[in-house]
Amino acid sequence: MYQQDIERSSSDDQGDSQQYLTFMLNGEEYGVEILRVQGIQGWDSVTPIPNSPEYVLGVMNLRGEIVPIIDLRKRFAMDTIPYGPTTVIVVVRVEGSDRTRTLGMVVDGVSEVYRIDNDEVQAMPEMGRQLRQEFVKGLSTVDDKMLILLDVDCLLSVDDIAKDSHKLAASA
Amino acid sequence: MSMDMNEIHAIFFEESFEGVDTMEAGLLKLDAQSTDSELINTIFRAAHSIKGGAATFGFSAVSDFTHGVETLLDQLRSGQRQVSDELVGVLLASVDVIRDMLDAFQQGRNPDTDAIARCQADIDQQLSGERASAAPASSAAATESLAGEWQIRFVPQADIFKTGNEPSRIFRELSQLGELTVNTALQQSIDFDDIDPEDCYCQWQLTLRGDVARDEIEACFDWVRDQCELEITTPTLDAEAATAKKNAGSVAPAPLPAAVSNDEPAARPAAAKDSGSIRVSIDKIDALLNLVGELVITQSMLARFGDREQTGSTQGLRDGLMVLERHTRELQESAMQIRMLPIGASFNRFKRLVRDISAKLGKKVELKLSGEETELDKTVLEKMSDPLVHLVRNSLDHGIEMPEERRAAGKPETGVLHLSAYHEGGSIVIQVEDDGAGLNKERILAKAIERGLVSPHEQLSEEQIHQLIFQPGFSTAAALSDLSGRGVGMDVVRRNITDLGGRIDIRSTQGQGSCLKIRLPLTLAILDGQLVRVGNDVYIFSLRSIVETVLVSPAELNSLAGKGSVYRLRDEYIPTVRLRDYFNLDCEQPSATYLERGGQLMVVVETDGHRVGLFVDELLDQQQVVIKSLEENYLPVSGLAGATILGDGSVALIVDVPSLVQHLENGPETMPDPTATPESNAA
Repeated sequence: MYQQDIERSSSDDQGDSQQYLTFMLNGEEYGVEILRVQGIQGWDSVTPIPNSPEYVLGVMNLRGEIVPIIDLRKRFAMDTIPYGPTTVIVVVRVEGSDRTRTLGMVVDGVSEVYRIDNDEVQAMPEMGRQLRQEFVKGLSTVDDKMLILLDVDCLLSVDDIAKDSHKLAASA
Repeated sequence: MSMDMNEIHAIFFEESFEGVDTMEAGLLKLDAQSTDSELINTIFRAAHSIKGGAATFGFSAVSDFTHGVETLLDQLRSGQRQVSDELVGVLLASVDVIRDMLDAFQQGRNPDTDAIARCQADIDQQLSGERASAAPASSAAATESLAGEWQIRFVPQADIFKTGNEPSRIFRELSQLGELTVNTALQQSIDFDDIDPEDCYCQWQLTLRGDVARDEIEACFDWVRDQCELEITTPTLDAEAATAKKNAGSVAPAPLPAAVSNDEPAARPAAAKDSGSIRVSIDKIDALLNLVGELVITQSMLARFGDREQTGSTQGLRDGLMVLERHTRELQESAMQIRMLPIGASFNRFKRLVRDISAKLGKKVELKLSGEETELDKTVLEKMSDPLVHLVRNSLDHGIEMPEERRAAGKPETGVLHLSAYHEGGSIVIQVEDDGAGLNKERILAKAIERGLVSPHEQLSEEQIHQLIFQPGFSTAAALSDLSGRGVGMDVVRRNITDLGGRIDIRSTQGQGSCLKIRLPLTLAILDGQLVRVGNDVYIFSLRSIVETVLVSPAELNSLAGKGSVYRLRDEYIPTVRLRDYFNLDCEQPSATYLERGGQLMVVVETDGHRVGLFVDELLDQQQVVIKSLEENYLPVSGLAGATILGDGSVALIVDVPSLVQHLENGPETMPDPTATPESNAA
């Protein structure tokens, strides 16, 4: 435990840079802080949760824990594709207002791990897009590719899920 | 080393708090019954242990104060003094003071000296009468300052006896030098099987009071010097103070030091044996429970595998699996039991509370307890303690009337507050019932309108009015007292209870009293489940909530106001709901199996006397399931109590029958109509 904490803090301190795990989604490359990633899991069937928003696929047993699985394409309102051999679930730690949760997100496939200086992260330009501004921490460039760095706390916030569930209940 | 001392301190505090509780419980009984010498002895022993321990560890404020209490108790014990309400009152107050002091020292604060002085004055007043004859000779020594007090920590090696050395001989020698107190402890936890009777497993903490030089003490340990760890310290701050008090210091020979050294270690194991318990940290138990939970899952995985391989050669395997299943279940049950504690200990606190509050309010109240042996999960028990205190206070403050009011209403002057606990179905019920004034509907309604909680034109049923008291910031007490009525509370009480998966109901008749009924799940971790298929998914019902299952033909369903349908179960019309609609499951697969037989499968569930029929697609196995929280990583989902992991590793959801039933009854308009679903009619 302590060892882990020490490693974490030391890697945080290393310059002003962070490591990101990147994954593909609809041909775009997204990144999440690697310290938040708890594991990568092959796609397996999930148990749907009644009366939950469409992007919540259901829950899954991850080493004895019940973990909700979010379909990121659906979360971003992208077109869905059938799950293939590269489809994986990235399991991340999400800091909520009340406690830390573990959630999984389904992505098209994992890509790379990059170290990115904090100065190289720029704010997302104002765009009238479907992608909500607060989901994105910023944009960065690696090897002339654009990376979209995500804020998982906001993206997978259960408060949002709760709101969407209520909307669902109200419309039903 | 300081680490060790901290641990010893922790044990001292834990034991002393227990002692304080013992004293309190004993004193309360003393109050109600006639003099029982064994009871007084118990109280006396508890006080004595606290005093001894406190003196050993240098908490002289505690030991000095407890000494007076002990003297009073000693006089009671020897019959020089009679039990009186006043005396019990003083003793109870001093128990509080001791507890506060211990609490303060434990947290490194300074105790409230005013309170101590006030209580000390009361004790002195009680004592002053017969003090001269009764005060034991050693009292002066015990209350003496710390002048010339030595702390000796003596940790011998295991083989000390083999060299012919006897610690008790050393102690006897020491006792020649001054007043000696001996405390024994184990050096480490030992396994009974591994005990070598010729080895020494003890260590000693000695306190030597008197005008003694370090050399003299060291001389006593000369023979064992190389076979032990020895620490000789003095808490007296500086040598000057010690020398200054040299003459004043009591050199009085301790009356029976050798006897003390034999007595103390003997008394301790005996006391521990009484309760027959050990202290285990909750974390360890939870780790054990988690493991057992995993074992149950593995076991059911193997069982499935065994069922599938139905060849003769695997007969032995299947037999083995059956034995494994039985053992796993027993293991699980006993592991669960570790966490269960009787509610009695929690109830006993109320004797004191009721006594104090009713005296303060000038009311006459009799507290009745029943079902103290009912066992509850420790976590639940702890979380229930504050809500219960609140409910009892409310009952005393607002419920039970003043004696003259009661007389005027034709009731006996003494009100009855009844606390009870019992099992009902799959839950445990804790009930707080009084025969007081009951809830005042008009006042509640007026208050609610004043606070804008309801509009003046609204028509509310009696039950709805009662529910208003659970609204945040609600209070109807005509005058606020320091006991209750500040409007913080009932909402918190309800939240605490719902957090535990329980619910609270209120029943009240004006002028005759009220009854608050708290219903809690038996355990937070395990459930006897009935697996059912709904659409493509497996859902689990608590087996206890199921009354029966019936095959219902569409013709037997009666539409009610076009909003839902009811089924006539014998003489009772019960509401029905199709689970796949309730959970908005979209699945193409029709529930064919039972339709062919001319009906649909309906599970009749009951909670709180309300019955509801739920349509499911198929009945599957029955099995014990380990309840896992959905909230931990997700959110509470209405209609679901949690999830579990089945033998094949997949997740199944557990249906929360009580909330589902309540939802059905409170909001039938939101329920989809089972008769209106096309697939059942089409198929």
